[in-house]
Amino acid sequence: MNLLDFARGPALKAAIAVFCLGVAWRIIAFALLRIRFDLNKPRASVFKYMAGGLLTVGSRSWPHREFIGRTGAGEALGYSYHLGLFAVVLLFTPHILFLGSLFGLTWPGLPSSLITVISVLTLTLFTAVLFRRVTNPVMRMLSNFDDYFSWFITMLVLVTGLAATAHIGAQYETLLGIHILSVDALLVWFPFGKLMHAFYIFPSRAINGALLARKGATS
Amino acid sequence: MPLGHEELTVGESLRRAGISRRGFIKFCTATASVMALPPWMGAAMAEQLRHAPRPSVLYLSFQECTGCFESLTRSFAPTIESLIFNVISLDYDDTLMAAAGDAAETALANAMKVNFGKYVLVIDGSVPTGAGGAYCTAGGRSAVDTLREAAKGAAAIVCVGTCSSFGGIPFADPNPTGAWPVTAIVEDKPIINVSGCPPIPEVITGTLLQFVSTGKVPDLDEHRRPKAFFGNTIHDRCYRRPFYDEGKFAKSFDDEGARNGWCLYELGCKGPTTHNACATIKWNGGTSFPIESGHGCLGCSEPGFWDKGSFYAAQASAEWGKAGTPSPLRALEVGGAAVAAGAALGVASAGVSRLRQHRSEQDAADRQQKEG
Repeated sequence: MNLLDFARGPALKAAIAVFCLGVAWRIIAFALLRIRFDLNKPRASVFKYMAGGLLTVGSRSWPHREFIGRTGAGEALGYSYHLGLFAVVLLFTPHILFLGSLFGLTWPGLPSSLITVISVLTLTLFTAVLFRRVTNPVMRMLSNFDDYFSWFITMLVLVTGLAATAHIGAQYETLLGIHILSVDALLVWFPFGKLMHAFYIFPSRAINGALLARKGATS
Repeated sequence: MPLGHEELTVGESLRRAGISRRGFIKFCTATASVMALPPWMGAAMAEQLRHAPRPSVLYLSFQECTGCFESLTRSFAPTIESLIFNVISLDYDDTLMAAAGDAAETALANAMKVNFGKYVLVIDGSVPTGAGGAYCTAGGRSAVDTLREAAKGAAAIVCVGTCSSFGGIPFADPNPTGAWPVTAIVEDKPIINVSGCPPIPEVITGTLLQFVSTGKVPDLDEHRRPKAFFGNTIHDRCYRRPFYDEGKFAKSFDDEGARNGWCLYELGCKGPTTHNACATIKWNGGTSFPIESGHGCLGCSEPGFWDKGSFYAAQASAEWGKAGTPSPLRALEVGGAAVAAGAALGVASAGVSRLRQHRSEQDAADRQQKEG
């Protein structure tokens, strides 16, 4: 068994098992936590505070008008690289075929050369994101190992993917094996680090929004 | 000499065949070019060959289908007849030789004795070791014994085809005959693997010619294949590659994309991970190669190609065990079991958390009661 066979065989199988187990564990454990009962009289109807939750998901996904000058650039950077990642992961034909072989569903992809351009742009944005995190004193204070490792492992997947596509540094199957191994590592890390925000971000915004709406506040 | 022929230099044998020096240099230059050697190697090769005695070559066939030899007979540059009449002395080959039975075995023994330490041993087919080697015997001797004995006096061993190079189809799971590639049996000789099922004829003859003309083993990759022929992947040199880059893929073998020559990646082409010269040297004198004929590459020159799942599963597919098992089913099995285990862990974690919370609240209440 060579590196590629190992990476997309037993290693991938183990990584997907850890990913599914970890995600299910954290979501279920989070969902079943006891919420302290609020004894105050609700300031809004059930319908209103549910709607408040949904509205918060939208309002917190966009910079507040008052702070747009200070946070706009950071948010634009964040959105851009997330869109780049979305395109690279979900619209590159070999990735579509890979996911199709796992889940039996495929969809049209973008030209490989366009994906390469998007990957390079995403890499550049990713570097800018790290630069911002390191140079901004507040962000630096807020960051810990989890932030840097999550950045590193996502960057690793992008870099190894580009190297495999461009055949840089070694033979294609070796590069592809390393790329898939990096994906395996990301899948294992995902549920236990801040990458888990992919699952938590919208529910947590909705819950916060709903709790605030119950108290009569808008957010 | 074995088979009774006198020892001639290559130059002398060519002169007798009426081939001019200029013609011979042209032939060597063309061969060097096929092997992607530097331009000066053509002349150097011609000079070396002209003065060298024709080296003895012994061609042993073991657990194989003779497809590799069929391929060799279709070599255009050099042709098999030019190779065996002018450049090498093919002293044993049970497919081509007129002798049979004891006479053939005696010819083999004589050639090994007379040219000990100098002959090139060509092996075609894997070597079965199961049942004491009884799955492949010739003249009452097993292939594994014949190989071990013949290897002792070989200057180098050239494994022709994927079976002798990597085990090939006989080596595929469940390998009922206990087949092995030559490298698993012979460890103390230079071994050159010319893999392929079958290999490209010019790659076989070119490798032989390069070795006999330079006396050196060519640069090899990690699978001991000559880099001159196996240095690039099929995908690197494929004429359909621009369509891959544009994201244009044939979805079936007879759709419009296939008719327009679009990339066969989605139809299972193994070109991206297959090292061979099919896309450059091509087959039948440069006529075409499988992808040009409309079928994806099977990856036949790579180790274990037979056990790597369906020929028609896209290269990017995840491997989930043995060929033929539907991947989505396996993915759901693994993912479903893991989700169930994760959910159980989640329930347990939440239970522990609630218990701690409850105890903490009770402690706080007790403290308040005491203080009150």
